[in-house]
Amino acid sequence: MRVPVSWLREYAALPAGVTARELAARLIAVGLEVETVDELGADITGPVVVGRVLAIEELTGFKKPIRYCRVDVGAANGSGDPQNIICGARNFSEGDLVVVALPGAVLPGGFAIGARKTYGRMSEGMICSATELSLWEDHEGIIVLPEGFAEPGTDAFEPLGLRDDVLDIAVTPDRGYALSVRGVAREAAAAYGVEFRDPADVALPAADAAGGYPASVADAAICSRYVLRGVTGFDPDAPTPLWMKRRLAMTGVRSVSLAVDVTNYVMMELGQPLHAWDRARVRGPIEVRAAHRGERLETLDHVKRTLDPDDILITDESGPINIAGVMGGLDTEIGLETTDVLIEAAHFDAAHIARSSRRHQLSSESSRRFERGVDSAVQLAAATRAVLLLEELGGAVVDEGVTHIDLGAARQPVALAERHAARVAGVDYPKGTSARRLREVGCEVAEADGGDTLLVTPPSWRPDLGDPNDLAEEVIRLEGYENIPSVPPRAPAGRGLTSGQRLRRAVGRGLAGAGFVEVLSYPFLGERDLDGLQLGAEDARRRTLRLANPLNDDEPLLRTTLLPGLLKALARNVGRGFGDVALFETGLVYLPREGAPERAPMLAVDRGPTGEELAAVEAAIPEQPRHVGAVLAGDREPAGWWGPGRPATWADAIEAAREVAHAAGAELVVRAARREPWHPGRCAALYVAGAEGAVLVGHAGELHPRTVAAFGLPARTAAMELVLDLVERAGVRAAAPEVSTYPVATRDVALVVDAAVPAGEVEAALREGAGELLESVRLFDVYTGEQVEEGRKSLAYALRFRAADRTLTAEEVAAARAAAVAAAAERTGAVLRG
Amino acid sequence: MSAPNNSFDPVEVTALHPDEVARMREEALAAIAAAGDLARLKEVRLAHAGDRSPLALANREIGALPPAARSEAGKRVGGARRDVSEALKRRQAELEEERDARVLVEEAVDVTLPWDRRHRGARHPLTTVAERMADIFVGMGFEVAEGPEVEAEWFNFDALNFLPDHPARTMQDTFFVESAAGGDSGLVLRTHTSPVQVRALLGRELPVYVVAPGRTFRTDELDATHSPVFHQLEGMVVDEGITMAHLRGAIDAFVSGMFGSGLRTRFRPSYFPFTEPSAEVDMECFVCRGASVGDPDAPCRTCGSEGWIEIGGCGVMNPRVLVAAGVDPERYSGWAFGLGVERTLMFAHGVRDMHDMVEGDVRFTSAFGMEI
Ligand SMILES: [Zn+2]
Repeated sequence: MRVPVSWLREYAALPAGVTARELAARLIAVGLEVETVDELGADITGPVVVGRVLAIEELTGFKKPIRYCRVDVGAANGSGDPQNIICGARNFSEGDLVVVALPGAVLPGGFAIGARKTYGRMSEGMICSATELSLWEDHEGIIVLPEGFAEPGTDAFEPLGLRDDVLDIAVTPDRGYALSVRGVAREAAAAYGVEFRDPADVALPAADAAGGYPASVADAAICSRYVLRGVTGFDPDAPTPLWMKRRLAMTGVRSVSLAVDVTNYVMMELGQPLHAWDRARVRGPIEVRAAHRGERLETLDHVKRTLDPDDILITDESGPINIAGVMGGLDTEIGLETTDVLIEAAHFDAAHIARSSRRHQLSSESSRRFERGVDSAVQLAAATRAVLLLEELGGAVVDEGVTHIDLGAARQPVALAERHAARVAGVDYPKGTSARRLREVGCEVAEADGGDTLLVTPPSWRPDLGDPNDLAEEVIRLEGYENIPSVPPRAPAGRGLTSGQRLRRAVGRGLAGAGFVEVLSYPFLGERDLDGLQLGAEDARRRTLRLANPLNDDEPLLRTTLLPGLLKALARNVGRGFGDVALFETGLVYLPREGAPERAPMLAVDRGPTGEELAAVEAAIPEQPRHVGAVLAGDREPAGWWGPGRPATWADAIEAAREVAHAAGAELVVRAARREPWHPGRCAALYVAGAEGAVLVGHAGELHPRTVAAFGLPARTAAMELVLDLVERAGVRAAAPEVSTYPVATRDVALVVDAAVPAGEVEAALREGAGELLESVRLFDVYTGEQVEEGRKSLAYALRFRAADRTLTAEEVAAARAAAVAAAAERTGAVLRG
Repeated sequence: MSAPNNSFDPVEVTALHPDEVARMREEALAAIAAAGDLARLKEVRLAHAGDRSPLALANREIGALPPAARSEAGKRVGGARRDVSEALKRRQAELEEERDARVLVEEAVDVTLPWDRRHRGARHPLTTVAERMADIFVGMGFEVAEGPEVEAEWFNFDALNFLPDHPARTMQDTFFVESAAGGDSGLVLRTHTSPVQVRALLGRELPVYVVAPGRTFRTDELDATHSPVFHQLEGMVVDEGITMAHLRGAIDAFVSGMFGSGLRTRFRPSYFPFTEPSAEVDMECFVCRGASVGDPDAPCRTCGSEGWIEIGGCGVMNPRVLVAAGVDPERYSGWAFGLGVERTLMFAHGVRDMHDMVEGDVRFTSAFGMEI
């Protein structure tokens, strides 16, 4: 809401010296979010005066007709002689009053006015248009002031309102009343403790004034008050006065015609949306009712709209003429010849208007106000204010008759403990504070229980005040939030982070310590990403959730894997010149739940949910396991003066997975596997030990060349992805090992196996065969070549043996080594290399 | 007792002759003096002071002397060995000093050579700043609560007193999730971390003191100050006798923990459906502390010369939320706040553009290291 301070001052008797910035700070303190203070006209300086055009000389021979004018500017030019001014506009005549910027004036945009030669004549100033003075947008020509506006030579700043300050207020949804000068003036007056004059205080017609336009309301639930007032003999050519144009422009409303401008002006002033019909086009009695499904209406914007029972309709004998509160119909619109005007002021149901506006995607100044709740009692005053303005400015005659349908129920008082505001704020307000503050905002307050309870009836313009806490807020904000003390909360002893929360941090530190940089990708995917991963039609990762309103139509899906986000970030870094990249991410993926209901149930809010109800909601919410992924390309270790670098490989991806498992205290078992998007020969399935055997937790390895191509990655980019939740579950609390101080016995064995035998299996066999004397086993060489047969490889292991309680004898060590080799021979066909 | 050994062979003990001992001592001392480096001295030590050195061997012969001669011979040999040993020690010290002075200098390397054989990783600053924010409250005894990112509308809106047709609900710019059949699923990407309030109340024993850091989503296009995916830190307390003053205390503790002590905070009345009364929270600009206000010569980029920085929203929990979560509002009261993690990072570390936080450029993230 844009509120001109001059307009505000008409109704709030603010001290004269208060600046707009001070006012803004005060209003912010009481809860009106003043976003900016626009100092309009602050950049206009120098002599801008009223002038009278004495003579016009038409100059010809130029591209367009030009006028050379003699303009009386009184004594403003110092000499009292008429001023000679060149003007390109044609919408004025000799004798008209105009606005003249004399040499020395500076207009908006730093436009300095001087005396200069143009079109072969000396021009001593400029006759101004409204746009040039930033008054309002007008491309019709210069401003022609009404006769009697002011004497020539009069300074134009004051009478034109060239300078004004406008408060731009972001109105929160609970403060519908602040979408009006009236509402903001009331707050300003309360903030300064000064008098408020209500613009709705107009002379109302007698309560029994009947004979208005025939109308009826079908249902009080859609419209609680309905007022119609009419005028006749309105002059459709009557111009909108300058002050009204200026005020409307400052609030951001374009001037259309006097009749329309009056309805907008009253809306800005009182917050009550009005509608004006050409009465000659309305046929028969008006009825307010819900739309029938499938009814149609062509609205002012020339769109034929299909209606719905959420729409409130205004109808006459011909059918719908307005979508109430949202947009008027084309047929009954005010026109250039309209002389009889019917003004409607109604209180429509907020929820209906909200749904209607949303469904038709029509958000207007009117719907915005109805949605937030307008004053339920101001309609008669608003309609009256409008017809009086039409009478005053448009020569109309106001109808005697008034239509006033009042179906509103009286508001029930809210019982409020006198101490409630004090208890909520933690401030010991003196007794009587609540009643005083609530009366200030317009509530009626009665005391009960000897003053311990207040019976508070909120004013008609505050539909948001319904609960004791709503009332407490009014008291606390007016008493000043700055007066609330700061008291540290005293929480009971907490348990710190959960193991899962600690693990996430440990994983992050572990991977960062291993040289990976964390990214936080958006979780949005497109089909293209899944295709790029080479996922088959049946791949579970293609079962995604879809957004109804994605930001980007190419990415409507929610991720089921972290890899696309990581790969895109990797490609971005490579594209920016960083070829050696290692990235990781931890985050949720979203997996539709098998057998989930079509729609998550909506539960009651007037009580806590039952266990069954909660379970039903949870069953509709997708599974959202936490994954961790890592990708890497380029050199894992860079080349340097020490020698060549080492490229990142599939093995680094598996090692990253081990890093994660290590952080969780879980041991990873690696097996060869095939899975998209990995290279079929360079993909590892990763398992952890679970209560019921090995649990698959993810995959790692080199990416498939097709995936590399699809995402534009460096060749041999490697990746891993784990379900972190599963790894976490496999973690065991570390038990302290017994550290033996007896000497170690080291034995090396070289085993020859088929090239296809995984080293992991050989090692597992060695471990099992060696028994408990084995301290560690380490593969230190893999050899293929002349020394071994074709299709075979030699694996060299260092075995370390040690006992907890004695020095091992050579015989014991030899026996353990032999057992290890035997196990490897039996399980993998390994042969001890000679 | 055996008979005294009078029958020793004088030839065998020439080694103990004073001249011989003196010669051995001189030879040893000469060799020590001649040793030019520590390695040579080590050889000399072995040759002249080792177990098989002439003096050591001579020492062994002492036992072969008649008892009367032993003492003198012992003194003689012992003296010689002591002299050799001391000479060795001295020479060792000399040579070490010389090595220190010369050889180590010759061995000097260029220690400014880079050894960046390993890429250094980093955690995302939004992760670490959110951890730090949460840890301030964990230090006060709060626990960290969590909730899903794809959330039921009931949790995200209804239970938080966002009524179905209230403008506050449409103002949230919500991402809606389609049902399997392409219809209304009743699921959204959570627009704030506030649904965790309701989850914490349903899942925990009272009193509840929790914070909930997490990802949130709104349909804002990415620009310098907006991102459709962003992070909040929710805080909530529900206990007996809780007031807005405690809320203020918690916010103050956060500000001093995060930005330093002595910074003022300011509550401005505002509106959120799930709190009543509600407030926006500003903190005094920690860079200029308000000095830039009205001083065009010393503008402050951090606060835009406003003197205050908005850090989030908060309020007293609306009793309607307590009711929807099954908590008796007559007995319990509480408060909640939501702080922007991106904003906190932007202010605390001078991040100027949201793009930097979402693009995953390693240059940006690496600057923040492991902790923030
Ligand atoms: Zn500052």
